[in-house]
Amino acid sequence: MASDVPGTRKLGLVVPGLGHLAERQWIDGLALLSYLGILAWALLGGLGRFDALLFPPAEAGGFKIHPWVGVMSWVGWVALCWFMAWRYANPVVPHESDKSSNWKDFKKQFVKNRVGVFGMHLVGCLILLALVTPYVAPFDPDQIDVGGQRLAPQLGYLMGTDEFGRDVFSRVMYGARISLSIGFIAVSLSATIGTVVGAVAGYFGGAIDKALMWFVDLLLSMPRLVLLLAIVGFFRTSGAQSIFLIVVILGLTGWMGVSRIVRSQILSLKEQDFIQAGRALGLSNSRIIFKHLVPNALAPVIVYSSLAIGSTILVEAALSFLGLGVPPPTSTWGAIVNDGREYMRAAPWITISPGVMIVLAVMAFNLFGDGLRDAMDPKLRGR
Amino acid sequence: MFSYIVRKLLLAIPLLIGVITLIFGLIELSPGDATDRFFTPETPPEVRELIEQKWGLDKPAGHRYLLMIGNLVRGDFGRSIFQERPVFDIIFEALPNTILLSLVSLLIIQFVGITLGTIQAMRQYTPSDAGISVVSLFFYSMPRFWLALMLQLIFALMWPILPSSGMTDAVMHDYMTPFQQFLDYCKHLILPGCALGIASAAGIARYMRSSLLEVIRQDYIRTARAKGLSETTITVKHGMRNALLPIITILGLQLPFLFSGSVLVETIFAWPGMGRLIVEAIFTQDTPVIIGCFFVMTLLVVAGNLIADILYALVDPRIRYS
Repeated sequence: MASDVPGTRKLGLVVPGLGHLAERQWIDGLALLSYLGILAWALLGGLGRFDALLFPPAEAGGFKIHPWVGVMSWVGWVALCWFMAWRYANPVVPHESDKSSNWKDFKKQFVKNRVGVFGMHLVGCLILLALVTPYVAPFDPDQIDVGGQRLAPQLGYLMGTDEFGRDVFSRVMYGARISLSIGFIAVSLSATIGTVVGAVAGYFGGAIDKALMWFVDLLLSMPRLVLLLAIVGFFRTSGAQSIFLIVVILGLTGWMGVSRIVRSQILSLKEQDFIQAGRALGLSNSRIIFKHLVPNALAPVIVYSSLAIGSTILVEAALSFLGLGVPPPTSTWGAIVNDGREYMRAAPWITISPGVMIVLAVMAFNLFGDGLRDAMDPKLRGR
Repeated sequence: MFSYIVRKLLLAIPLLIGVITLIFGLIELSPGDATDRFFTPETPPEVRELIEQKWGLDKPAGHRYLLMIGNLVRGDFGRSIFQERPVFDIIFEALPNTILLSLVSLLIIQFVGITLGTIQAMRQYTPSDAGISVVSLFFYSMPRFWLALMLQLIFALMWPILPSSGMTDAVMHDYMTPFQQFLDYCKHLILPGCALGIASAAGIARYMRSSLLEVIRQDYIRTARAKGLSETTITVKHGMRNALLPIITILGLQLPFLFSGSVLVETIFAWPGMGRLIVEAIFTQDTPVIIGCFFVMTLLVVAGNLIADILYALVDPRIRYS
């Protein structure tokens, strides 16, 4: 059984990725090697600084959680790399009696689509970079005048320095952490709200459906960025402008698409026999909705959400660019672009580098989401 | 058809009232108001009262709400607290500029998007299909404000062939012949129009590709091929006609995105339109202008959807609204 697995795959146990490369699995192999590269970079970058980062002296602000999260994710990701290599060297041979489940079928379809897999690994690299940021970034993002003001990109200051002499590379790295987490949290919030609203509207129908969908239409008829600007602008003066406020507002203005998708799913699902059976058994409405209907309607929500993370990152960057996002000095991608705007002729690198990161991140989520969608929708297969 | 349009327009009324109510409620919930900037901590309370009385802010919220709705019904948008001018005048100075910019970028979106999508569908699975896919995904994932800045950097700062901002040449415009003035407008439109349109064009190219691919597999295309028509005639005359139908609806739905984008693009290119106006109004908490802008924007979005519906029925005789 195991004899027909080529021995070259075992190479991966030494350095994860080599096994894939030997089998010409370029995308997986190179992705694993990139993970290892980032991990090694974090290790080297952290050398000599671990003490200062993990146990900062009281005058530097005391205990911080990020370096600890960094260490833990470092260890976890190393384990993950070797696990993937080991899994590749010792593949699980499916037993003949195994039934093919939807999930397995979906996974098979997704892996076939190389572009989607590429997107997934790109997302993985970004998440890993964000997690180990304190060790990869050479400077504190707020440290002023690390080597001089508006230095051009060079060794040591990979993306140059800005008008206060802060290292742009470090700021972009820390910005990745903010932008990605805002994207994830806001989208989870809006997916939850959208699912509940869509399920309630679809299941109960009638006046409730009409009222909820009217409200959805109302919110959709306002340009999202303008609405966001208005809300943040109104509440800015109350001193509540913070990451928390931005996340909640992004979540509250992004759920309409999900609710429409879930509603249409529920409308077709609720006529099916298993729901009739549930009703005949006397199950409560909330039990039918959340235990039987919603789990069956969740797949398109996940696809939509992975695509929505990209657009949420874009909207957050736009807000920060207009100065209504996360307040300074916290570095976010949009805010760095805004910082560099005044010096665009003299120091274009301040504007260019965070923008490239935004494009990269949004592209990664779009590729990943497209891959998920193609794997989910049998109609699109083979296109 | 006519009754359909009337019904749609009637449905827009509660939508408009809903939008205005939501915005009014948000403004009421938020702390502070537009007159705050007139005060210092030393302002005598009598002066404060007088100023608040002047703008009607001493009345209870419910009263002001009803007053506002009543005025809006009569077409009175109130006076801007910041500019001390009627909101109606301010908005209708800015609106044509935004519509001009939106139309130009819609043209770019249509032309670039449909052309690229058609090329991709005709050459499915070739390197040019993949190449266009990658490039359009790249632009699709790009923030509009960053694209605008990069266009400004490349075509106005590093290689100055186009003006970097504004709608007309600040100095020379008044001394130009009408034709030169027209050219001046065009030159100033290119960069903002591209910044606003390119990202959406990339999206439209994706829709167009899949829409055309779907059409091309149908039987009547096979018939056309069997008749011996050239591949170009088949695609352009027979395929495109049907493939364009869903695109029309999508273009109608682009309007809110264009407004969102114009907020950024107009701010960057100093384009005197609605986007810049609303950003300024939000920063100065100029309530009447904010409400007026939302009113007009919602109206335009509803109108855009309606126009898309009507166009859809005009080009596709199978669609009948009743």
